[in-house]
Amino acid sequence: MGGVFLSLQGFWFVVIGVLWAGYLVLEGFDFGVGMLMRLIGRDDAERKAVIGTIEPVWDGNEVWLIVAGGATFAAFPDWYATLFSGYYIVFFLILIALIFRGVAIEYRAKRSEQRWRSAWELAIVLGSAVPAFLWGLTFANIIHGVPLDSHGEFSGGLLDLFGGYAILGGFASLALFAFHGAAFLALRTTGEVRRRAKAFAIRLVVPAAALVLAIFVWSAADSGRTDGKWIAAAGLATVAAVLLTLSLGLIVRDRDGAAFAATALAICSSVAAFFVGLYPNVLVSSGKAGSSLTVFSTSSSHHTLALMAIVALIFTPIVLVYQAWTYWVFRARLRGDSLPGEKLLGGSGSRPTS
Amino acid sequence: MNALAVTTAELSRWQFAITIIYHFLFVPVTIGMGLFVAGLQTAWYRTGQERYQRLTVFFGKILLINIALGVVTGIVQEFQFGMNWATYSRYVGDVFGAPLAIEGLVAFFLESVFIGVWIFGAGRLSPRVHLATIWAVAIGSIMSAYVILAANSWMQHPVGYRKVNGRAEMTSLWAIMTQGNLLEAFAHVMSAAVVTAAALVLAVSAYHLLKKNEVELFSHAAQISLVVLLIGGISVTTWGHFQGQLVSREQPMKMAAAEALFKTEKPASLSLFALQPFEKYPSKNTVNITVPHVLSFLTDWNWNSQVRGINYWQSDYQKEYGAGNYKPIIAVNYWSFRLMIAIGTLFVGWASLGLWLVRRRKLEQSRRFLRLSIPLLALPFLANTFGWLLREMGRQPWVVEGLLKTSDAFSHAVSVQAVAFTLAGFVLVYTLLAGVEAWLVVFVVKGGPAPPAGEGEQPKRIELGY
Repeated sequence: MGGVFLSLQGFWFVVIGVLWAGYLVLEGFDFGVGMLMRLIGRDDAERKAVIGTIEPVWDGNEVWLIVAGGATFAAFPDWYATLFSGYYIVFFLILIALIFRGVAIEYRAKRSEQRWRSAWELAIVLGSAVPAFLWGLTFANIIHGVPLDSHGEFSGGLLDLFGGYAILGGFASLALFAFHGAAFLALRTTGEVRRRAKAFAIRLVVPAAALVLAIFVWSAADSGRTDGKWIAAAGLATVAAVLLTLSLGLIVRDRDGAAFAATALAICSSVAAFFVGLYPNVLVSSGKAGSSLTVFSTSSSHHTLALMAIVALIFTPIVLVYQAWTYWVFRARLRGDSLPGEKLLGGSGSRPTS
Repeated sequence: MNALAVTTAELSRWQFAITIIYHFLFVPVTIGMGLFVAGLQTAWYRTGQERYQRLTVFFGKILLINIALGVVTGIVQEFQFGMNWATYSRYVGDVFGAPLAIEGLVAFFLESVFIGVWIFGAGRLSPRVHLATIWAVAIGSIMSAYVILAANSWMQHPVGYRKVNGRAEMTSLWAIMTQGNLLEAFAHVMSAAVVTAAALVLAVSAYHLLKKNEVELFSHAAQISLVVLLIGGISVTTWGHFQGQLVSREQPMKMAAAEALFKTEKPASLSLFALQPFEKYPSKNTVNITVPHVLSFLTDWNWNSQVRGINYWQSDYQKEYGAGNYKPIIAVNYWSFRLMIAIGTLFVGWASLGLWLVRRRKLEQSRRFLRLSIPLLALPFLANTFGWLLREMGRQPWVVEGLLKTSDAFSHAVSVQAVAFTLAGFVLVYTLLAGVEAWLVVFVVKGGPAPPAGEGEQPKRIELGY
């Protein structure tokens, strides 16, 4: 495994894994909050509080996806090309969902009519649930294998992307993000909304952990391998399952911050398990015709990889610092039962009433 | 099989054209209004005058409605290279992927992270830090424009690369990020963004001045917008001119097409208005009003120089790249070019007229000027679109000039049906959202700014929210 870092291709594989982990942790809770917004927020004030927890940050969270896509394009053009053209309809659906969800978060607040709000809330719920499912499906297909031809092009049809394993992967990520979002809401709200978020988290932890475990057990049985790399991936998957169980205990004991950290780390471990299990492949071929795409067969030139490594090493820490700062700025808990006309606030970093 | 393949490429072109033109309706507003609102908030921070606070919040709301659609339609663009243009992506990824990744990492993070802080952070930050966040947004959007134009300029005029293993590989990021084609395009696009924003502020101010609503406030906003419009208009036309000279050297076929100059002329006349079935009978102009010598002069400051025509470049390209049609669609290029120039020039005149009215202290009473300023808002958006039509369609049949043809660049794994489905989907969703967005903007504009603080009230902050 240590050999990963000895090549620039390995370095970029790790960078892309980190970018996806960042994206799925951050937009993962955005998805969870979006999916649950109408269940946890029972009236308009509560829904405002629920959506208020992600309003200031969702846009920055989504940039992790754009950077993951751009980095894949720059470092592994053939991976980017085969993946994005092969998953054409799936990615189209993700795009449409993200479009509706993005505008809905802002436009929902623009009018107060019941029908207007309900319509955009539906867009938020679907716009969160659809990509949450499809990202799991996408990653499951990458590691499980899709039909590739001898040129490394996707040669299957849409139905090849909806096998049992991929659908299980989709449900696993859906449940995982819902749980993660509930844990985030428990941390970022207070009062009745927080109580309900905790209740949802407790209900969601079993399906989330069970589905994540199921997909990893299937993967292990699927590969039939027992080399060191696979043991490492299995270890990381176990860590993810343990973290999920741990987060349940933390939620019950009102340790909201620690519980959220545990779900975030569980997503990181799952992503790590995926990328460790995948290496050195980047897209597995399921048929006989084409061989799997690997970091070496799809990568850019040494010059580009080296140059872009310097760019990434300079700017990623800067981004992490200022994005973390924004979470500090918006650390105050929100409540859904404020007096009419009062701004939503509470907790430590509150501001004077206006 | 072959007929089918052509259709995938054609539909993919339509989809890319429609989605990028749509996306670029929002981009110049984001860049121009971002700068304008940052300027207003700076004025408020410096002077403490309430009118700047009110204008910042009012125009800030319009900016935010616009940014929502700009952001979400931008993701589509990055995905589409891989989805619809896989062969292109394989060929250029080593060069073209780098600016895209840099754009995300350096520009989009800055813009998207700080816009959230700007919208919701006023009560949690000092005024100074809050002011810094809107500047971070403005600077992020400008950097994004620079980097994506670097990628686009490379498609127009590839530099800093070599051809290895059937693909382009980067040899100098510096060359890609500093070439003349990029610098002039950047100056031109930035000026166009400023003109678009100024025309928007002028139209909104004119609406309220006509209603005699907040006359003092909107008279001030209109005056600022007229000054910006004049400077931006002069800048956009000037850079357009220099760009034309550069393109006539770097992509001579594109400029010949933009001038509908078929035969080489010495000295060359400038065509002002030509009517002809351009593609069918290139040599027969039914109407062609020309001014002698002017095209020569515009091309290289020499009244008598030779300007080579489409027919020359067609045979020249055939010698270099083999048999084929190397002519873009002449009518599109010719008319896009002329209409863009006409709109740019019109705004220089319109801003001058407006400033003359300001000098005579008659702006608020000039109902005809104010009334016309509202529909004129459509023109910068048209001019922006014409500019991109010229830049992109003038490069055809190439997707990367001299390296890769558009007809070879599409995704082999994607069926015609799939592209037809997504094209219909994008058109449907984009039309719906354009309607909602336009309605919301009109709603905010008509609502006008929030009332000023009353006697004894706390001075207000830049409170935005969704």
